[in-house]
Amino acid sequence: MRMINHHPGRVSATLLGLLPFLLIMLIYSLASQERLADNPNDKLLPGLEQMTAAVDRMAFQEDRRSGDYLMWQDTTASLARLGMGVGIAASLALVVGILNGVLPLVRANLAPLVSALSMVPPLAILPILFIVFGLGELSKVMLIVIGTAPIMMRDVAQRVRELPGEQLIKIQTLGANSWQVITRMALPQVLPRLIDAVRLSLGPAWLFLIAAEAIASTEGLGYRIFLVRRYLAMDVILPYVIWITILAIVIDQCLRLANRRLFPWYNAGGH
Amino acid sequence: MSFITVNNLWKEYGDQVILENLNLSVKQGEFCTLVGASGCGKSTFLKMLLGQETQTRGELLLEGEAFPGEPDRNRGIVFQRYSVFPHLTVRQNVLMGLELEQKPWLGKLFGSARREALEKVGAMLESVGLSPSANKWPHELSGGMQQRLAIAQSLIMRPRVLLLDEPFGALDPGIRGDMHDLLLKLWQETGTTIFMVTHDLKEGFYLGTRLLVFDKVRNDPHDPQAFGATITYDLPIGQTDRKLFEDIHQSVSETARNQAA
Repeated sequence: MRMINHHPGRVSATLLGLLPFLLIMLIYSLASQERLADNPNDKLLPGLEQMTAAVDRMAFQEDRRSGDYLMWQDTTASLARLGMGVGIAASLALVVGILNGVLPLVRANLAPLVSALSMVPPLAILPILFIVFGLGELSKVMLIVIGTAPIMMRDVAQRVRELPGEQLIKIQTLGANSWQVITRMALPQVLPRLIDAVRLSLGPAWLFLIAAEAIASTEGLGYRIFLVRRYLAMDVILPYVIWITILAIVIDQCLRLANRRLFPWYNAGGH
Repeated sequence: MSFITVNNLWKEYGDQVILENLNLSVKQGEFCTLVGASGCGKSTFLKMLLGQETQTRGELLLEGEAFPGEPDRNRGIVFQRYSVFPHLTVRQNVLMGLELEQKPWLGKLFGSARREALEKVGAMLESVGLSPSANKWPHELSGGMQQRLAIAQSLIMRPRVLLLDEPFGALDPGIRGDMHDLLLKLWQETGTTIFMVTHDLKEGFYLGTRLLVFDKVRNDPHDPQAFGATITYDLPIGQTDRKLFEDIHQSVSETARNQAA
């Protein structure tokens, strides 16, 4: 039988999916054990004990200097920035994308600008943001907005233009004006697609968040990782990275579920 | 004065002639079927009636006035596919036109106005046989039901002209028969003027009051696009004799072959 026709069963698919994770953990723990056997104070590959101790210290004990629970403080600070940045970017994308997609005059006017902006490497203008907006929250949020909005704008405009031309004619024959074409045809059909676009943009959004926090911040997940790097504190860095990954997965899955719940017609093949 | 008048109508795209010298006069309430080979301008003519395309030369008049240059609520359309809105249920799809008309800003009806509109929608759904499916999404409907929905959605606006662009082309033959009966019933009830483009010569031969055959009179084998099509037969329905059917069928197929060559 050809390889392309071999399909795993449910159980074996799950096992196959878990296998790489288990392998990575196994290789890591072997390497870690070996290094720790050589030198119990090794910092490079901390064992499970060191890492749980670090998490306990960061998340469940007050910081001796500030009296805060650092990991939660970092998490809320980062999530607030991420949420604001992505929220603003998505709102902008919705407005500009729909106008670009529906109105030919706006498209002629704005589409080239949006295309050009989406080619600017966002990290290259981070210094400009720091200079213009200062080192506070605004510049970090702005980096996320500038980094993710143009691509989402293009995506939304593209999705609007992919709506069948027949629909656009049909709604005109039902007497719709341009505003109604936007509010009753384009907007409701593009919302689920916007959520998909946000899901794709979350990767870059995290990247810009951590980059901005690494450079200028006093709290946040990215800030902490880059701070403790000075002490080679892998026992903090690794749990933080895992925690960020978990957050990213949870956010992604929440958006996926929200999309299913809110737009039953979309996921059932109604588009 | 006739309802729709076409005088010396030409449609060209650059060198390519689609329609040449089209003349036609249609009375209110007529049911015209348009048949012909693909590429013979039936759909282009329908698009002109809709306001999606404009003629290159000649006149296209609705009660003596030039046709509006964009689609409007007086001319309903049903396409072969994609005529209904996937994000609205069956009931909302039919309600849409009434809402758009009454609420230019909100586009939604509330309270007693909504109840009144929903009554009309209910009656419309009843007459196309979709009442049991009122709360379904379009993707849950069969192809035939989706087309019924599209027709209901257009007819609730009481358009003066209903345009059908191969509305039953994607349906099974059995379903098609039911759709013909439904369409004739609705036409008799509403008295609206109907233009229907079809590929199926047989369909055109008995549905409606008038058969218009679009075909090319002249043909240049080296340059199939050099000449446009025009109306070669304009027959009242009922004159369905076998010989005529064969003639038209042969002429149309020949043009189709020339187009493809």
